[in-house]
Amino acid sequence: MSEHDHHHHDHDHSELSETELRVRALESILTEKGYVEAAALDAIVQAYETKIGPHNGARVVAKAWTDPAFKQALLEDASKAVGTLGHVSRVGDHLVAIENTPGRHNMVVCTLCSCYPWEMLGLPPVWYKASPYRSRAVKDPRGVLADFGVSLPKETEIRVWDSTAETRFLVLPMRPAGTEGWSEDQLAELVTRDSMIGTGFPKTPGAPS
Amino acid sequence: MNGVHDMGGMDGFGKVVPELNEPMFHEEWESRVLAMVRAMGAAGAFDIDTSRFYRETLPPQVYLSSSYYKKWFLGLEALLLDKGYISKDDVASGHSVAPAKSLKHGKFSMADVERIMVRGKFGRAAPAPAKFKAGDRVRAKNIHPATHTRLPRYVRGHVGMVERDHGCHVFPDTVANDAGEQPQWLYTVVFDGRELWGPDSDPTIKVSIDAFEPYLEAA
Repeated sequence: MSEHDHHHHDHDHSELSETELRVRALESILTEKGYVEAAALDAIVQAYETKIGPHNGARVVAKAWTDPAFKQALLEDASKAVGTLGHVSRVGDHLVAIENTPGRHNMVVCTLCSCYPWEMLGLPPVWYKASPYRSRAVKDPRGVLADFGVSLPKETEIRVWDSTAETRFLVLPMRPAGTEGWSEDQLAELVTRDSMIGTGFPKTPGAPS
Repeated sequence: MNGVHDMGGMDGFGKVVPELNEPMFHEEWESRVLAMVRAMGAAGAFDIDTSRFYRETLPPQVYLSSSYYKKWFLGLEALLLDKGYISKDDVASGHSVAPAKSLKHGKFSMADVERIMVRGKFGRAAPAPAKFKAGDRVRAKNIHPATHTRLPRYVRGHVGMVERDHGCHVFPDTVANDAGEQPQWLYTVVFDGRELWGPDSDPTIKVSIDAFEPYLEAA
């Protein structure tokens, strides 16, 4: 398919849904009124697509796994600690890092809307924002974990953090066994998005991904 | 408000179904809606809690049957109409036919993009000393405001323990109501699963919310 065909396919008005038409109309209204610069909207989308994502959180977790002083600083004031890492996305106030331990597993939800540490993890996946997760995570977290294929020992405490204010929570998962001597870069590759939400674990070294 | 958005503890929505290799946006228009919401908020048309309130007040059947970004779109359009930034005639014609309203922070332009990629600041100077401290037993008040609140129904009337103090923050219940920021102390309050869900609940579960001081009373 040529670039022209592709363009045509994406923007053929005859194929637009009612929602697409309404969204386009609103964008026209806002730009015509001088409220927003159209190019700035493009730039916002581009920034979301390129600057944020779980790679940011993975860097923070890998650093915490290798640097005890950083880990302590992260657990005390995550916004401040992440701010000291120049290569990671800029981060706003009120980021809270919560540590998984052999006795306690943390899981994050927003029952009221979709609050999520997007500077660390990117935009939330659809399931995080959808009714099944939002309704059940606080009442039946083990059942929700089972939906992800995750099971925990029955005596492990499960702590669910409902993001009801402007605090944002990042789970610090446990470092996988068999990674002694690994570099931060190597460790960051093991850190999954879901392990930082609390609905998964980091990858296991040597296991097929 | 006791809206359908307040979903914690509801049954019947089925399993969580993660999508493998999920794209950031499923349709291009979703990205435009996200950008418009972020831009108009940053330009001063509304704050984050007001935008939440307009999604919460969508009719329940619309809320439940609309995709995430469809809800964002419907909430945005309703909010902009209500606050006079756009008119019904604008929407009907698909173009601006009515005069513009001035925005608190002016037109959103390229220079503003970097600023919005960091979350806004919600901490404020404390107007009064904190009433509670870590370790205090507190009850989430049995209150049912018809307007915006961030106190979920499933904790109301239940006793928990203050675990962390986050300082004073903008109060969503007033700021979304055009009643000002009225900063309040914010605490992480943790509840035992059995306190929330009864004696048959899994004894290993604990659930916390972040609660503003007016939501709490000593227990």
